[in-house]
Amino acid sequence: MTDRSTPTPEEIAEGTSPPDPLGVSYREREESITLSPLGQQIAEQREANRAERGNVSQADTALAPETELLTMNIGPHHPATHGVLRLLTTLEGEVVKETKPLIGYVHTGIEKNCEDKSYWKVIPLIERMDYVSYYFNALAYCMAVEKLLDEEVPERAQYLRVIHLELCRIHSHMVWLGTSALDLGAISMFWYCFRERDNVLDLFEMSSGQRMHTRFFQIGGVFEDIPTGFADKLRDFVQQMPGRIDQFADLLDSNEIFLQRMKGIGAVSEERLLELGVTGPLLRATGNPWDLRKAAPYSSYDDFDFKVPVGTVGDNYDRYKVRLMELYESCKIIEQALDGLPEGPWITDNRKVALPPRHELATSMEALIHHFKLVTEGIRVPAGEVYLPIESPRGELGCFVRSDGSSKPARLHMREPSFVNLQALSDMAKDTYLADLIATLAMLDPILGGIDR
Amino acid sequence: MEDPPREGPVPDAPGLELIANALREHVGADVVVETSYYREQACVEVTPSALLAVLKFLKEDQTQGYGFLASVHGVDYLPEAPRLGVHYELLNMRRVERIRVKVRLEIDDPHVASAVELFPTADFQEREIYDFFGVIFDGHPDLRRILMPEDYEGFPQRRDFALGGEPVMFTHNEPEGPGWYE
Repeated sequence: MTDRSTPTPEEIAEGTSPPDPLGVSYREREESITLSPLGQQIAEQREANRAERGNVSQADTALAPETELLTMNIGPHHPATHGVLRLLTTLEGEVVKETKPLIGYVHTGIEKNCEDKSYWKVIPLIERMDYVSYYFNALAYCMAVEKLLDEEVPERAQYLRVIHLELCRIHSHMVWLGTSALDLGAISMFWYCFRERDNVLDLFEMSSGQRMHTRFFQIGGVFEDIPTGFADKLRDFVQQMPGRIDQFADLLDSNEIFLQRMKGIGAVSEERLLELGVTGPLLRATGNPWDLRKAAPYSSYDDFDFKVPVGTVGDNYDRYKVRLMELYESCKIIEQALDGLPEGPWITDNRKVALPPRHELATSMEALIHHFKLVTEGIRVPAGEVYLPIESPRGELGCFVRSDGSSKPARLHMREPSFVNLQALSDMAKDTYLADLIATLAMLDPILGGIDR
Repeated sequence: MEDPPREGPVPDAPGLELIANALREHVGADVVVETSYYREQACVEVTPSALLAVLKFLKEDQTQGYGFLASVHGVDYLPEAPRLGVHYELLNMRRVERIRVKVRLEIDDPHVASAVELFPTADFQEREIYDFFGVIFDGHPDLRRILMPEDYEGFPQRRDFALGGEPVMFTHNEPEGPGWYE
């Protein structure tokens, strides 16, 4: 695709080139812009005709579509934008030239609210940022606070965390695969994926009592040990899941429509993605095996044997395939964590951090005092600043916590992978068809709750 | 060519001092304000005027190679002075090392050079800090509010900005809202 609108160096030197229409901000553009020399010619001809005849005919106003740039708004309410995302696209005919994401429609000020909550009351708020991968949000925050407290987490808690994280990764990828396939017209995939997602939610309900936003992870460990029967149900699930993923792959990999909109579309080079700060499956699709679970293992991830799937060219198909293969690896990790689940406590016994067990309250004055102090005031955290990154289904999810020594965080910031990755959308969708923009956006997998916070 | 894997958190406290010395040597004798090593995380505070040079050195110097900007966040240090802070979390992906570069800015004149040229990923993140803290990034190509409405007044993440009290717009009080009703 040649860009006819680019002024030549001579034109720039002489200062005779027309002002760059893309340089005009969207708010100041009154109408779509005609910019190519051909369009300019037609417009001049039209003006000449108008001056001659004094009126405008139909033929004068019609322009060849490829000579005109059209600014088009998509969203904020649109089923294919995966949330309340607004895109201002500049089109040349049917080809996307530029995409500008406009965000903030679901900004709820979670970070500001967190500064007014004691440390453990922050967890439910944090979970509602990226509402599809809530366990990851909670883990990044809990680990950041544990780092400030210099608190060790019992090994059983670390394994239980890994089990729930990988279940949550499956859940997140199921939502992504179902809605993405739906965008591309494969409706049955949506039902199949949401059936599996429901199985994951059943497991969450069993271990924590909640289907979403479970508040299962606590500072110092997890809320409760897994109940009787959970392990068996989980084992059934992870044994059944790989077969289901095979089915998904069979359905999609032999679907000509799906393949045509995936293969060779939206590829961006690894260097450019790194410049834009893109991490996660999007980066791995280009062949860069950057995965924090391997690069800087946390929460006992180095105990497990798993592979990091990578792509080759980094187009939409590679992004889809990388996430699909990650599902198998998640099943493998869960199985290993279940086999090697150590016995022992599931939360730290530091009474300044975690609540004492219920039975101690009836017999121990000290436990009662600790309980009272924790419930009324909360955890006191030593002053300091930490940044803690983990690997979420969308990339590097970092939690920055600044403590001033009180029982409330002085500043809490989430480095949301969706927020950062969204910057790459314009590069990915450039010079592809508008219909492919929808597919590219689906493969980007943005969660607007995480972007806007 | 491959760097040998290291044990323990990197860079460690002596490693941080080496980086600080390299900065003093290559960027300027007085660029480093303070180094701190806390909970196995290295942080170097530099003067705002030298920020870009420091980031450029850490990114492009062979021995440093912090080529990936993981995150940028704003902090309000009320009641300390200078009040505002901007943190840059740099990452060396090859050696898996992280370092935090920090600048502190006066609240009356919160100007710092934009790092978008060096790290295009800083675009949205600097806009977010401008939006919430009012830090002005000189040279940013499109410094507008990103999450709050464009006509919003005030910088909500500053510590002296009260929580709550935001009027909800209904039909009956719509004319009182700024710029919505004409």
